[in-house]
Amino acid sequence: MLQETAFTKMKADNKPISGSELLLQALEKEQVEVIFGYPGGAVLPLYDKIYDSKILHVLPRHEQGGIHAAEGYARITGKPGVVIVTSGPGATNIVTGLTDAMMDSLPLVVFTGQVATGVIGSDAFQEADILGITTPITKYNYQVRNIEDIPYIVKEAFYIASSGRPGPVLIDIPKDIATAISEPPEEKEINIPGYQPTLQPNYLQIRKLTEAVSSAKKPVILAGAGVLHAKAAAELKQYAEQQQIPVVHTLLGLGGFPAEHDLSLGMAGMHGCYTANMALYEADLLINIGARFDDRLTGNLESFAPNATVAHVDIDPAEIGKNVPTEIPIVADAKEALKQLVAQEGKLPEHKEWLTQLQNWKKEYPYFYDNTSSLKPQKVLEMLFEKTKGEAIVVTDVGQHQMWAAQYYKFSKANRWVTSGGLGTMGFGLPASIGASFADRDACVLAILGDGGFQMSTQELAVIKEFNLPIKIIILNNMALGMVRQWQELFYEGRFSHSKNPVQPSFVKLAEAYDIKGYEINSVEEAETILNEVFSNNEPALLDFRVDPNENVYPMVPAGKGSHEMVGVKP
Amino acid sequence: MKRTITLTVNNRPGVLNRITNLFSKRNYNIESITVGHSELEGVSRITCVVNVDNENIIEQITKQLNKQVDVLKVTDISDQAIVSRELALIKVLSTPNTRSEINALIEPFRATIVDIGKDSLVIQLTGESEKIEAFIELIKPYGIKELARTGTTAFLRGTQRTSNSTKNISIV
Repeated sequence: MLQETAFTKMKADNKPISGSELLLQALEKEQVEVIFGYPGGAVLPLYDKIYDSKILHVLPRHEQGGIHAAEGYARITGKPGVVIVTSGPGATNIVTGLTDAMMDSLPLVVFTGQVATGVIGSDAFQEADILGITTPITKYNYQVRNIEDIPYIVKEAFYIASSGRPGPVLIDIPKDIATAISEPPEEKEINIPGYQPTLQPNYLQIRKLTEAVSSAKKPVILAGAGVLHAKAAAELKQYAEQQQIPVVHTLLGLGGFPAEHDLSLGMAGMHGCYTANMALYEADLLINIGARFDDRLTGNLESFAPNATVAHVDIDPAEIGKNVPTEIPIVADAKEALKQLVAQEGKLPEHKEWLTQLQNWKKEYPYFYDNTSSLKPQKVLEMLFEKTKGEAIVVTDVGQHQMWAAQYYKFSKANRWVTSGGLGTMGFGLPASIGASFADRDACVLAILGDGGFQMSTQELAVIKEFNLPIKIIILNNMALGMVRQWQELFYEGRFSHSKNPVQPSFVKLAEAYDIKGYEINSVEEAETILNEVFSNNEPALLDFRVDPNENVYPMVPAGKGSHEMVGVKP
Repeated sequence: MKRTITLTVNNRPGVLNRITNLFSKRNYNIESITVGHSELEGVSRITCVVNVDNENIIEQITKQLNKQVDVLKVTDISDQAIVSRELALIKVLSTPNTRSEINALIEPFRATIVDIGKDSLVIQLTGESEKIEAFIELIKPYGIKELARTGTTAFLRGTQRTSNSTKNISIV
């Protein structure tokens, strides 16, 4: 708990208080541990108060880095990540992060400065219509118009961001509101008539699903990030074991079910494994828990789960039936739904044949790569998994390395995996790893990046050094924008239009410039020695793995094909 | 097919923007939209007429609208007994010769002439969209100088026919 501060004391004394003080007081009340913020003209009054605040403030080196860090923090803790930026460019620099958080349902509360109320709309210096810009990419947004509203708006914003289907909420604060003085306003209870998330499932639908399970011959569970948001990993395991239903993951759902469990089939989707995709294709009952049937998962919808009765548990009713026709809709929190499913009495399932078939596929079609020559990226991932005993927090950027990390790092626990799924934001990885590290200060964090994405956020190395965060930066360096190069090789006749990086800085020297240890690694032997060295301490380190530049991610569902039409499933 | 959706929303700045934004974000097509105060203080009523290809899309639209924090209630009222009205103002060219003809035309439509100028007059007409369209077709030959339509506003009738009885009409 936070101790009594100057602000809470002031409130108790009922002395007039400024907008900035009210805001910090509200943040303390929400037990905010860390703010990722970048000062500027419109938030100067607020920063003057932050100077005295007990809440930790982290200064990213770019606002976009700040919001990605907040996303990393939110993904690990489940609590809203808090961001403060100034008006105009400060605000527009967080647009990508807001969209990313919206797509991946991450709770954020973002404060933007704004020009004074009197000049709004006059194209004043550093003015931007951030409410207009962010309306489609936030769960909700506010502009504070009266200083007295600050405590309630902050309270409501935290509630909206973290309840129901989580998402980013933005609060725009004009400079004159931040400096205005008011009597401390009365506390108000949250009352939002238009926002009442449904948490408890409909009993009849739960019965319907239970009956469907007892008569199914080929059931499969698709576990999405909703399982993680609802903290329902234990309930999922209990249900899957009770009913002996195999579990397939989405990219964002990894960790919701132990990867090395017998019933785990791995990740499905464009670069998912053969068994997981074929399980979806062959299933006669598909139980989607907290996934949104994204196109990267389903492939061509015409041939997605063609024989299956579809049940879908989701807290967001709009996701049910959006892409895939659904026979058993269950609007609920995943945890509540799973609890009730476990408690149902039903005929014990009989689908031994199905489980045997899946086990055979698993044996016959594992992920594979040719490990005979040069340093393969997949080998690096396998070594990382081994050296960290599968216990690290893994954060990735977007591209080939992301898919290899998803394939080869076998998560046994929930909320140890941070990646940009829906929006696929390059430059996400490094700053997100910073936020993840602040979420769990003792954890070893792997920031697995490509050479392209790393160069979109290199400036954040300064934050890693400043706080000496235990982040190991793993660059799978193939001197190219690997996923673009792969698609150009496969679908554009090898015309590598602007996907190869002809000029690259020395990443080792770059790390050294920030006083972070850097290593270049060219072989498995070197990797072995250096990994042992870097994992023996809690210091940050940058490892530049010079991997095979021609390696592609397989298996693959080509764009427009069905999930059963994978290529590259066998050597 | 055309569907009519009514919404009650918080009367706050930016709410209409949230609704129209959602339509463009999700690639839905609005035929008309009307907004005004409702019987409750702080609550506005919006009536949208949308043109959709199938039932799934209308279901998505209502679900997405419902998700908006400021939206209190969404109802697709197309399949129920409703009162739906639109107002049109039409400025038509008129000479002393045609004035009586136009007068004869507007009478069955229960339209009224609300302004008369030297060479034109303004007709006010209310009714369902189809009625207004029919009238516009009739009046076109006289020369329409200006036309303004409000878009449809609608709500449920006090008495609803019981379900099914509307469709299963047989003459045998």
